[in-house]
Amino acid sequence: MIVRIATEDQYRLPDADAERLNQLDNEAVAAVEAGDEDRFHEVFEQMIALVRNDGHKLDEDELEESDVILPPPDLTFFEAGHEFTGDGLIPD
Amino acid sequence: MPGIGGRMSTVIKAKINKMLDKAEDPSETLEYSYAKQMELLQNVKKGIADVVTAKKRLQLQQQKLEQQVVKLDTQARQALASGREDLARTALERKQFAQTELQTLDQQVAELEQQQQGLIDKEQKLRSKLEQFRTKKEVIKAQYSAAEAQVKISEAATGVGEEMADVGLAMQRAMDKTETMRARAGAMEELEAAGAFDDNLSLTAGQDDIDRQLAELTSGSEVDDDLARLKAELGQGSAPSPALEEGKSADQPTQGGQA
Repeated sequence: MIVRIATEDQYRLPDADAERLNQLDNEAVAAVEAGDEDRFHEVFEQMIALVRNDGHKLDEDELEESDVILPPPDLTFFEAGHEFTGDGLIPD
Repeated sequence: MPGIGGRMSTVIKAKINKMLDKAEDPSETLEYSYAKQMELLQNVKKGIADVVTAKKRLQLQQQKLEQQVVKLDTQARQALASGREDLARTALERKQFAQTELQTLDQQVAELEQQQQGLIDKEQKLRSKLEQFRTKKEVIKAQYSAAEAQVKISEAATGVGEEMADVGLAMQRAMDKTETMRARAGAMEELEAAGAFDDNLSLTAGQDDIDRQLAELTSGSEVDDDLARLKAELGQGSAPSPALEEGKSADQPTQGGQA
């Protein structure tokens, strides 16, 4: 699984991490919907940390399409409100 | 994959696909895609230049504020020396305000510095990805059938396109952050150009008043000043002495109102 952290790099992650990432994502969405800023930052940081720690950075000569793109690590709660709400799922 | 990743991917992928749909012949797609990316890279370079300009402007503002702080401090000393505690207090209040502004600016400039460096790194990386893409497209054209090539192209172009979108995003954020500060700096410059300040060091509207009063005070009480300095030298030690000396030279432009 290829994950991009927006404004940073692409990482190659074990597929097993997808489940965990998805779970964190759901928690982040829930935190945003509940208006819980602290919780959101906590969860979002865990997501970023998971990708950075478990993943291997892609070399510059690897041209790969990302399966997942995470928002920039310095995402604000306000921006998250735009990013995480609404129907954002891939249409197909 | 559902979730934020999906959301953001959707946005970026939609852009890329739109671009790729324009051409059906793989080699045409490749060339088009490459040209498009090069064009975007030029825009990124321009964007970085904009961020640098914004930073320089903030730094200029920073210098002015630093001068302002020194000047207000001097004025406060002068006012106090002349027994005008009210004026001294006003000057000190403005100094506080200027210092707070300065701190905000320091932070902004540091942030911009960091973002500028990040953008330059990204641009470099993007450049090498594009270089890679350029090489790959020749290989793809030579080695694959049209159908296979189309798939390979999509993957490669999307990889580069993402990188592009990514730099674009980083740039947009850097620009957004500077926008407010730029507007503020612009407003200040306009006021200065319109002559609202008589020494273009002033910080806020209404400053003219205190400047004028202090100027009058300064010019009208040079003897008093000397006396105060002497008193200070004799009484309170050496600290106030150089400050007063400094104050006189800082205030010289406003002494024209003396006559």
